[in-house]
Amino acid sequence: MYFLLKNKRIYKGHQIMINHHSMDEVKLFGFWPSPFSRRVIWALKLKGVNYEYIEEDLPYNKSDLLLQYNPVHKKIPVLVHGGKPIAESLVILEYIDEVWPQNPLLPKDSYERSVARFWAKFIDEKGPIMWEFYLKFGEEQEKAINNSIEILRTIEEHGLEDKKFFGGDKMGITDLVFGLVIHILVPMEEIVGVKFIKEETFPRLHAWIKNFSEQPIIKDNVPDYSRVVDFFKRRRETYRLSAHPNH
Amino acid sequence: MADEVILLDLWSSPFAMRVRIALAEKGIEYESKEEDLSNKSSLLLKMNPVHKQIPVLIHKGRPVCESLIIVQYIDEVWRDKSPLLPSHPCDRANARFWADFVDKKIYSTGKLVWATTGEVQEAAKKELIGCFNVLEGELGDKPYFGGDKFGFTDVSLIPFYSWFYAMETCGNFNIIEDCPKLVAWAKRCMERESVSKSLPDQYKIYCFLMGLKKKLDAK
Repeated sequence: MYFLLKNKRIYKGHQIMINHHSMDEVKLFGFWPSPFSRRVIWALKLKGVNYEYIEEDLPYNKSDLLLQYNPVHKKIPVLVHGGKPIAESLVILEYIDEVWPQNPLLPKDSYERSVARFWAKFIDEKGPIMWEFYLKFGEEQEKAINNSIEILRTIEEHGLEDKKFFGGDKMGITDLVFGLVIHILVPMEEIVGVKFIKEETFPRLHAWIKNFSEQPIIKDNVPDYSRVVDFFKRRRETYRLSAHPNH
Repeated sequence: MADEVILLDLWSSPFAMRVRIALAEKGIEYESKEEDLSNKSSLLLKMNPVHKQIPVLIHKGRPVCESLIIVQYIDEVWRDKSPLLPSHPCDRANARFWADFVDKKIYSTGKLVWATTGEVQEAAKKELIGCFNVLEGELGDKPYFGGDKFGFTDVSLIPFYSWFYAMETCGNFNIIEDCPKLVAWAKRCMERESVSKSLPDQYKIYCFLMGLKKKLDAK
């Protein structure tokens, strides 16, 4: 537990340390379809942290505040806690876990922590590759689909093992990161007309999706499905018209 | 030997250098097993089946992969000596942010500087100097990114100092002209035994990278 001695009141000769840092105001700059801000929302909800959410109008209309809080990358999500900004979703998740230790995202054991970090990083990096297929056409799409299957195969075989969640009996950091499957991958599959995670081909991941989606924090905090499908449909169409006028 | 520490290593890898530095900072005894990436050992393939890459730290028979994850593991297990991450969550987040910045920008951009020519190289040089200037902004007047103490961000970045001769020779420029603070920081880090013993000689790295470049050009 870390304490920031923000206010020390002297009362009747006794020093009372008040205002645990965790009581400071929390703001989150996000974008509703983004998996990077979605995982931060889930973490805050899981820990019961009150926060103000600021919706950014991406990609062309970033607010001055966002650019001020994340001058290096100019991206969401940015968590602002007590006026101090923190950027990069995995950095934010670790920060949240340290300031609000309830419902931990990382295990206590150092080795288990390194495993959790490994898979969170793997999925975070491979995520964009996994959904590349929805902006591809023809042969390129075939190749992208095979890449996605390969990534999922690695996660199925080495990442989840026989656990209910990546975090074990309860959700952890990797579950929040892999959660992109339910609000990004599935809508894109529907648009393109493929389905990756079937019970016969990916039994563990298939079971995970069911368990994960049923968690109240998740169920109550996913973007509207048809709105997401609409959003990605339009994006795919815009991309098709600009890059592949003959498709 | 239940507590044995083994590092699947590569003398020229900046990522392996990070781990060697962290182990040295903590005074941890370990066995270094040099890998030949063109002929990966069965141990490496067993311990890192996902990436099949070094570095891998094997502690009590269990593998830890990914250099920054390994450094954090080392910092947590051997927490009583030379802490690399600060204690306050805000400062820890800041250290992780900048180490992530190094990971995202320095390796790929630096590689373009020593591996390419012409317009691509020129653009890479500009980008690299830009990134170094951003890092100098973060460093400010502090001796280290960690403040008074050598820390996590310093460990993540200093291995790329071993590339400076190669980048400057290939790119025909002097990094110190545009980034004097960064070079001063690097030299300060090199005064630490953990760093000077973990980084190979810059000329040796230059020869090695030129060998790699030939192979890349041939493809």
